[in-house]
Amino acid sequence: MQKLLPYILNGISAGGQYALISIGYTLVYGILRLINFAHGDVFMVAGLILVYSSATLPFYFSIPLVLVCTAVLGFVIERAAYKPLRSAPRMSLMISAIGVSYLIQNLAFYLTGGLPQPVTRPIPWVSGMVTVLGASTKRVTLVTPVLTLALVLVLLWLTRRTRIGIGMRAASRDFETAQLMGVKINSVISFTFVVGSFLAAVGSLLYFTNYPNVAITSGAMPGLKAFVAAVFGGIGSIPGAVVGAFLIGLSEEIIKGLGYSTFSDAFTFALLIVILCVKPTGLFGESAADKV
Amino acid sequence: MSMEDILQIRDLYVSYGGIEAVKGISLHVERGKIVTLIGSNGAGKSTTLKTVAGLVRPKSGQILFEGEDLVGRSTDQIVARGVTLVPEGRRVFPNLTVKENLRIGAYLRKDDYSRDLAWVYELFPRLKEREWQPAGTLSGGEQQMLAVGRALMAKPKLVMMDEPSLGLAPLIVKGIFSIIREINRQGITVLLIEQNANMALKTADWAYVMQTGSLILEGTGQELADDETVKSAYLGVKK
Ligand SMILES: Nc1ncnc2c1ncn2[C@@H]1O[C@H](COP(=O)(O)OP(=O)(O)OP(=O)(O)O)[C@@H](O)[C@H]1O
Ligand SMILES: [Mg+2]
Repeated sequence: MQKLLPYILNGISAGGQYALISIGYTLVYGILRLINFAHGDVFMVAGLILVYSSATLPFYFSIPLVLVCTAVLGFVIERAAYKPLRSAPRMSLMISAIGVSYLIQNLAFYLTGGLPQPVTRPIPWVSGMVTVLGASTKRVTLVTPVLTLALVLVLLWLTRRTRIGIGMRAASRDFETAQLMGVKINSVISFTFVVGSFLAAVGSLLYFTNYPNVAITSGAMPGLKAFVAAVFGGIGSIPGAVVGAFLIGLSEEIIKGLGYSTFSDAFTFALLIVILCVKPTGLFGESAADKV
Repeated sequence: MSMEDILQIRDLYVSYGGIEAVKGISLHVERGKIVTLIGSNGAGKSTTLKTVAGLVRPKSGQILFEGEDLVGRSTDQIVARGVTLVPEGRRVFPNLTVKENLRIGAYLRKDDYSRDLAWVYELFPRLKEREWQPAGTLSGGEQQMLAVGRALMAKPKLVMMDEPSLGLAPLIVKGIFSIIREINRQGITVLLIEQNANMALKTADWAYVMQTGSLILEGTGQELADDETVKSAYLGVKK
C-alpha cells in the first residue's frame, strides 16, 4: 500500500485533469451530438499560451490570460467551423472538427517551429513539493482533485439553477422547443463552448505543472483519455464524465504502480472497446435512442 | 379587418424545398377571441403556426401582430412580443423537472413570475403535486397540461395551440377545452388547431377550414358546425 500511495495520488490528480477536459466533450456532445475532436488541441493551445505569456508576464496576469484566451478560442471555433454547418448532416460537423484539430496543430507548428516549448516557469506554489503520508509529491497533486470538484459543483449549480443552464439542458433535448421558450440557441451553444474550453484551460494549467514541455501533439493523449472517460461515464452526463475520468486516471496509475507501465494506455483503450460493446450508454448514460 | 385584430396573416406562402405547404392564406384573429383552424392531415396547419412563431421562414406574405410584421424576426423576439406556441405532440423537456419546464416557459421574463406559476398550478393542481418529477415521467395528459402551462408562463397575449387534444382520452380532452376557455376568460387570445373539429367548433368564436395549403371556408363555430361540407369531411357525419 505504501508503495502504491504515490501512484494513487498521481491517479487522483490525473483523473482531475482528465475530468476537466472530458466535461468539454460531454457538454458539446450533449448539445450538438458532436464529438469535438479539436478539444484536445484547445487544451494544448492553453499550455502554449501559458508558456509564452508566463515568460514575460507575472502569473497573476498570465493565468487569467490563459483562461480568457482559451475560452475565446472555443467560442471562435464554434462560430467559424460548426455554426455554419448546423443544419448540415452530422458527418460534415465531425469532419469539420477533425479539420479544426489539424488546423490548430499546424498553426501551433508554425508558431513553435515544431519544437516542444519548455515550461521554464512552472506556476509557483502548486509546483512546490509536499509530503503526504510519507510520499513526496507536487502540491498540484492535491490541488487538482479539490479544484476539479469545486468547479464541477459550480458547473452543476450553473446547469441546475441558472437561467442559461436550464436553457442549455432544454436545448440539449430539443432545439426547436427551446427556441419556442425564447432560448437563443446561438448564445447557449457559444456558452457551452466557452465553459468547456475554460475548464480545459484550467486542466491544462494543472497538467503542464507536471510536464517539462508543451508540444503540438501534447493535447492528443490527454484529449483521447478524457474522451474515453466521457464515453465511459456516459457521454452527455457531467457526473459521468467526472467519475469516468477519476476511474481512468486511478486505474492507469495503479497499473503503473503494479509494474505494468507498458499496458496503462492500452488498458484505457481496451476499456473503451469493452464499454462500447457491453454498455454503450456508459455508467450514467441516458437512453441510447437519441445518442447516435 | 378591424383594428381589434391582434393577428393578421396576409397572403402567406410557405414551402419546404419544392413542396408548397401553405399557398397564400389570409386570416385574422380578433383580440380576446378563440379562433380555430381545422383541417385534415397535411393541410398546412402546423406549418402556419410555426411560421407565425418564427420557426419556419415564409416564402412571401405578412404576419402582423399588433400591427407589426413578424416575418424575419427570430423566435425569441416573437415570444418577447407575447406570442407563444404549444407545439404539436406536447414536446415537454423530459430531462427537466415539471417546475423547471414551467420556469423555462418564463425564460425571457425579467419580472417576477411567481403569480403566473401559482395560476398555472391552480389551473393544473396535478402539476403542483408533481413539481419535482422529471417531465418525462408524466402521463400524456399531464404532459399536455405542462405544455399548456409552460406556454402561459411567458405571459402571452396570444397562445397558439397545435392539436392539444391529440391522443388524449375524452375526459381529459374535455378538461383541456375547459382550460382553453378559462385561459381565454383571463384575456388571452387563443389560436387553436384541432383535428377534433367537433370540440373545436363548439369552443371557438371564429373558425377556418384549411385544405391542402389553402383556406376553403370560414365562419363562426356554429356556422361551420352546420355546414354540409364540414359535417361530412371533418365531423364524421354521413350525408
Ligand atoms: N420539415 C418539413 N420538411 C418538408 N416538408 C414538410 C415539413 N413539415 C411539413 N412538411 C409538409 O408540409 C405539408 C403540411 O404539413 P403540416 O405539418 O403543416 O400539416 P398539418 O396540417 O399540421 O397536418 P397534421 O394534422 O397531420 O399535423 C405536409 O405535406 C408535410 O409533409
Ligand atoms: Mg400538424
